[in-house]
Amino acid sequence: MENNSPTAVSEKIPFWRDVRVLRVLFQVVFLLGVILLLAILYTNMLSGLRRLGLTLNLNFFQDEAGFGISEGISYDPSDTYLKAFWVGILNTLKVSIIGVVCATFIGLFFGIARLSSNWLIRTIAAAYVECFRNVPLLLQIVFWYTAVVAQLPNIRESLSLFGGAFINNRGVYLPSPEPTSSLTIWLWFLGAGLLLAVFLYVLRWRQLQRLDRPGFRAKWALPAFLIVALCGWFLTPGSPFTLDLPVLQGFNYQGGMSFSPEFSALLIGLSIYTSAFIAEVVRSGIQSVVKGQREAARAVGLKEGQTLRLVVLPQAVPIILPPLTSQYLNLAKNSSLAVAIGFPELLGIGRTMMLQTGQSIPVFAMIMVSYLVMSLTTSAAMNWYNRWITRIGR
Amino acid sequence: MAAQENALNDPIIMCEDLHKWFDDFHVLKGITTSFQKGERAVICGPSGSGKSTFIRTLNRLEEHQRGTIIVDGVELTDDLRNINLIRQEVGMVFQQFNLFPHLTNLQNITLGPIRVRKLTKSEAEEVALSLLERVDIADQAYKYPAEISGGQQQRVAIARALAMEPKIMLFDEPTSALDPEMITEVLDVMRELAHSGMTMLVVTHEMGFAREVADRILFFDEGMIVEEAPPADFFDNPQHERTKLFISQTLQH
Repeated sequence: MENNSPTAVSEKIPFWRDVRVLRVLFQVVFLLGVILLLAILYTNMLSGLRRLGLTLNLNFFQDEAGFGISEGISYDPSDTYLKAFWVGILNTLKVSIIGVVCATFIGLFFGIARLSSNWLIRTIAAAYVECFRNVPLLLQIVFWYTAVVAQLPNIRESLSLFGGAFINNRGVYLPSPEPTSSLTIWLWFLGAGLLLAVFLYVLRWRQLQRLDRPGFRAKWALPAFLIVALCGWFLTPGSPFTLDLPVLQGFNYQGGMSFSPEFSALLIGLSIYTSAFIAEVVRSGIQSVVKGQREAARAVGLKEGQTLRLVVLPQAVPIILPPLTSQYLNLAKNSSLAVAIGFPELLGIGRTMMLQTGQSIPVFAMIMVSYLVMSLTTSAAMNWYNRWITRIGR
Repeated sequence: MAAQENALNDPIIMCEDLHKWFDDFHVLKGITTSFQKGERAVICGPSGSGKSTFIRTLNRLEEHQRGTIIVDGVELTDDLRNINLIRQEVGMVFQQFNLFPHLTNLQNITLGPIRVRKLTKSEAEEVALSLLERVDIADQAYKYPAEISGGQQQRVAIARALAMEPKIMLFDEPTSALDPEMITEVLDVMRELAHSGMTMLVVTHEMGFAREVADRILFFDEGMIVEEAPPADFFDNPQHERTKLFISQTLQH
């Protein structure tokens, strides 16, 4: 080894010093370790199941569930466990999707507000973020449920909004649109409007090409479509939709659509908690675009709106998207905290199934796979969006 | 000198008793000076003397708190219309280039002409390509800023400012962030620009450039203009002790 002549390079390296061999060797050893660990866990599980007299199979999913579920798609205790599980998945999806939309808008608002030059707005936004980000979510959900929603007036003294929506301690009742027979006529109007919009879009596109200027391609198509849709609404004999109003009958409201107190508390808790994190993501994304970029844009003569749209956002959005995706995934997974207030989502229903059948391993696996599929689908969609938006930028 | 004499009473920038504070720190302490059309002025001084802040107030990247600035007959006030008018007349080149990383070099240059001067895309591209030709990097038009060297980036930045057809060009330490061998290529472009008759205010430590190109050198210290003189007088016959010290220290190496 003390030989410093160039020929030393070609010296045969013993394998325990050869980086190329070691690299492969470490991976093989690690893989073997993982396989061994999994094998131990698996045999351990099988012997445990044998002691309890249980076998691993999924046949029980076809059995009658026999327990009630307070809300969700139509379901009866005589339906199968599979159906019950499906109700849970849909309830989780419902609260997650609505929650993600609400959290995004609230978060966007407070994130931008934190960057405001107005001291009051900036401080309120900062206080909002710090309050809701630093209190455990479970506590917040229980707070909304017991201290806010449960304290609403009882059904006879419901708070009424515009005479059509009612809020009380049994839930939120909203009017729902019900299609009528004239809906078809209105749909024809919509179709015609869409056709016109496509035509105008292409026309405007051509015009922009002729002018050789950048511009908003839907500038004509969008208002044209809205006008046709609106005119159609009034020209259609009878109204395309009627509002089904919730009406107090006996001890409860009938008709319209309703959200249970559990759902409302969970939705409020998840949306507000996650929005605080999204606000931080938005703020840091916008701030990560260095000051010099804004200055250069101003020096070139761009106005504030143009600076934001053409210089700051194209650089901030790709930075915001990955952590935003994480927040969406967190919201979906955090919806399992609903167990604490009894909203029947995936984990809650799964737990009941485990208790009734004793098949905890398959049910657990099913729950985990369901969350995994939801999460992976979300990240795949967001990654695709990220690639799409950065390609436009570049 | 020549340009100054031709347009002796035609100031394009006038500053009167200009003051600026950063919180408690008094950065500019009453700057009164004017710049003639076509004048090449070099602003130098130790770091923290307020020289960068001074030229940044001239296109409202920094607000001044007292005094008046008049650029090409327009007073710089809180009026957004005036600010926009002045920014269109004044081009700026930054120490850190500040090119837009998500746009190609060509798009960096055409952005302003298309969005602010309302040129068509092909007109703007024609202007941009001829400017890239002028700064000698036409072959880099369709690359992104991250793909070219610092000296080339700074030349794109100069082209970007010129594309707005400004009457005045401000340079805020344009070569301070560059490797030594790239300084020359940027100074060459600036020299060419100076000979074309552009009004230029250059904050720089390049004393060779100052001596060769400047009509006047303004020496800043502690937020005030300590001395202003043509380069010959400034370098060979400085009046103030502070200036003498600065020159002896800068010219040593």
